Amino acid sequence: MKWVLVAVMVLATVAGDLLQSHEMKRAGEQSVSARGFARLLHVIAQRRLLILGVACNAVSFFSFMALVQTEPLSFAVPASSASFVLETLLAKFVLHERLGARRAAGALAVLAGVVLVGG
Amino acid sequence: MKNLNTRSGALLKTYSVLVFFLALKAAGNSAMAWGMKQVPERMSINPALYLHAMLNPFVAMGVAALILALLTRMALLSLADLSFVLPVTAVGYVIAVFLGKVFLHEAVSRQRWLGTLLIFAGAVLVGSTSRNTTTTTPLAEDPK
Repeated sequence: MKWVLVAVMVLATVAGDLLQSHEMKRAGEQSVSARGFARLLHVIAQRRLLILGVACNAVSFFSFMALVQTEPLSFAVPASSASFVLETLLAKFVLHERLGARRAAGALAVLAGVVLVGG
Repeated sequence: MKNLNTRSGALLKTYSVLVFFLALKAAGNSAMAWGMKQVPERMSINPALYLHAMLNPFVAMGVAALILALLTRMALLSLADLSFVLPVTAVGYVIAVFLGKVFLHEAVSRQRWLGTLLIFAGAVLVGSTSRNTTTTTPLAEDPK
């Protein structure tokens, strides 16, 4: 059961973030003032893929909550970092972001750090 | 005219949105963790249990802060690449370790400090790369 939860959590996180990154770049730069949030809600209401992305977030959030109720955080946190690897690769190959040596090295250091903190 | 924004101004905006996101996330998670400890039922697939948990005021405050954090993260994704946002927001783990140490007096092992240091160094490294490397033209412009 725990691996089913991990799989659901990781896949939902990856799908949600890819959808949100793609859609938010298309929507243009947003701000976080009161007006900015109102405008952002308007943007979300108009974009189905963005709503789907948020729904994926919800699935991921509830699977994580269910996971930490039965498994220790030292399992749940490193397990959830699998999405970090998948997403960074997909950001390069699907979203066509340029990783570069510095960003790739930084991402690897962060990944190692997350596993150490969780483990 | 948005296109006349200086590069450093846009960078400052990205980092302020990042800091705002990290603050909301830390506040939301702390309230949530505190509240969930007071909720007796074990969570399952049953959505009624989650709704019931939200009757706890700390859980409710936590959920509200986390919803704002989600919106703030979406704003951040409009400003920067996903491969930029993921590592720099991992600084949240560093904040969680410090909050646990300072407020909950949790023992932090050498391994956790090392992990924290690696996350911070990695985030700084990624933070120094250019934040947006895709050439997507925004469809909607900021009305300012």
